[in-house]
Amino acid sequence: MWTWFYRLASPPYVYRVAAALTPWFLTLAAIAIGCGLIAGLAFAPPDYQQGDAFRIIYVHAPSAWLSLFAYTTMALAGGIALIWRIKMGHAVAAASAPIGASFTLAALVTGSLWGRPMWGTYWAWDPRLTSELILLFLYVGVMALRPAFEDPGRGDRAAALLSIVGVVNVPIIKYSVVWWNSLHQGATVAKLGKPSMPGSMLWPLLTMFLGFMLFYGAVLCIRLRGEVLNRERQAVWVREALKS
Amino acid sequence: MSVGVWEAFVLVLRRELCLSFRRPDQLIQPLVFFLIVTTLFPLGLSVQLSLLREMAPGVLWVAALLASLLSLDALFKSDADDGTLEQLALSGQGLYVIVLAKTLAHWLVSGAALVLVSPVVGTALAIPLTAFATMMLSLGMGTLTLSWLGAIGAGLTVGLKRGNVLLSLIVLPLAMPLLIFGAGATDRAISGTSAAGALYLLGALCVLTCTLAPFAATAALRITLE
Amino acid sequence: MISSSFWSMGGYARYVWPCVAFVCTVLAWNLWSARRYLAAARQRAARALAMAASDSA
Repeated sequence: MWTWFYRLASPPYVYRVAAALTPWFLTLAAIAIGCGLIAGLAFAPPDYQQGDAFRIIYVHAPSAWLSLFAYTTMALAGGIALIWRIKMGHAVAAASAPIGASFTLAALVTGSLWGRPMWGTYWAWDPRLTSELILLFLYVGVMALRPAFEDPGRGDRAAALLSIVGVVNVPIIKYSVVWWNSLHQGATVAKLGKPSMPGSMLWPLLTMFLGFMLFYGAVLCIRLRGEVLNRERQAVWVREALKS
Repeated sequence: MSVGVWEAFVLVLRRELCLSFRRPDQLIQPLVFFLIVTTLFPLGLSVQLSLLREMAPGVLWVAALLASLLSLDALFKSDADDGTLEQLALSGQGLYVIVLAKTLAHWLVSGAALVLVSPVVGTALAIPLTAFATMMLSLGMGTLTLSWLGAIGAGLTVGLKRGNVLLSLIVLPLAMPLLIFGAGATDRAISGTSAAGALYLLGALCVLTCTLAPFAATAALRITLE
Repeated sequence: MISSSFWSMGGYARYVWPCVAFVCTVLAWNLWSARRYLAAARQRAARALAMAASDSA
């Protein structure tokens, strides 16, 4: 039953599967993002309070979601690698980090531009914005720690531990709007029961979420192959793999 | 002669404290840094008492954070340099106990000392006497949490070139919620409202960190030493 | 549907379009950077194999 799990620990298998999945992820992501963006920007009705400015949500919310998802993936993969000593976990974690950091930046920038017309300021030190900024610093810390060691295996393990310690920040971001009175709006989508957004506004957003996730999968697979090659340079299977 | 866990803890704790007091300049420097940094803010910003009182919690906390960071680098460094750390790890006592003792010793000579010095700084920053209890309590819990976060960072970066820069990069983002609640508690105490909420949250952070951080710090040291 | 109100975004154009542009840039950067990373890794691996082959030759 666990064979699929053990196969994931095999570098040549991971390399092959990542290569095979990439075009699928990319194509589906392009379709989803394309449709979602066009529908959200052109066809969704303008918001009664925010007018057309609310359309920023179609790029802001998926970016923010991805920033959290990538970090959690990084921490989870690192944890699996530490506990079961599966080096491919470190490869996934290392590949996820720059992707997640870039989307954290995207969330902060788009959020800032959205805040200007809505709240009158480019920045506010409220819990959700602050913890997203802290998340960016956490990413930078992990990405700086990994190459600082002479032994790359040690660097991987240290980075994994650090990302696990930082993962505490992720629920804080998610629930900060619940725990504190915050400028940032509360949950509109991921609520139990009916989401408080009308369908014509909601489905482009869900499509964008899906598209961004697929895009993350695609870019992860590409980077993952690079990470696998860097870690397995001396292995025998690499010669065959490089021919393709 | 086999040594029990408690005896091992006390032995390492006493060793750390002895070593710290043998070099009093290492003890005094972070405190002096704390005092100097808190002086910089009124000089640089404004000497108006009312304004001072408003920025006092933030200044106090940032200075305490930076002063603690200074001394964190030395937590494992000298022992790692001369091989004592490996000997302690191999001693069979369990790295957990040793990390516990070392970090507690570090807090006693840095964080606790900061708390004792804080009334002086508080007076310089025009913090009213009524807020002193909250200020010291929040600083006490905050510096303890910081010692533990720093132990994780120090465990990960001991032996690295420019490890102290990385240490700050790692520890400061983790310490930001601390800063928010600690300064928030002091701020509320100064303005007269109840600081209980912020203090409870700070306490929760402290308890969470003191419970989980020793395991993380031990794991970090194992990664570095193996 | 691509009326002037689409481009002006009801007056919010200078906030909405930079956001879209920035995120598109981030998406493009991710793809480009990942491809470059993989290409560099392949090059290094090929070189390592070539060196190992010439060592044993």
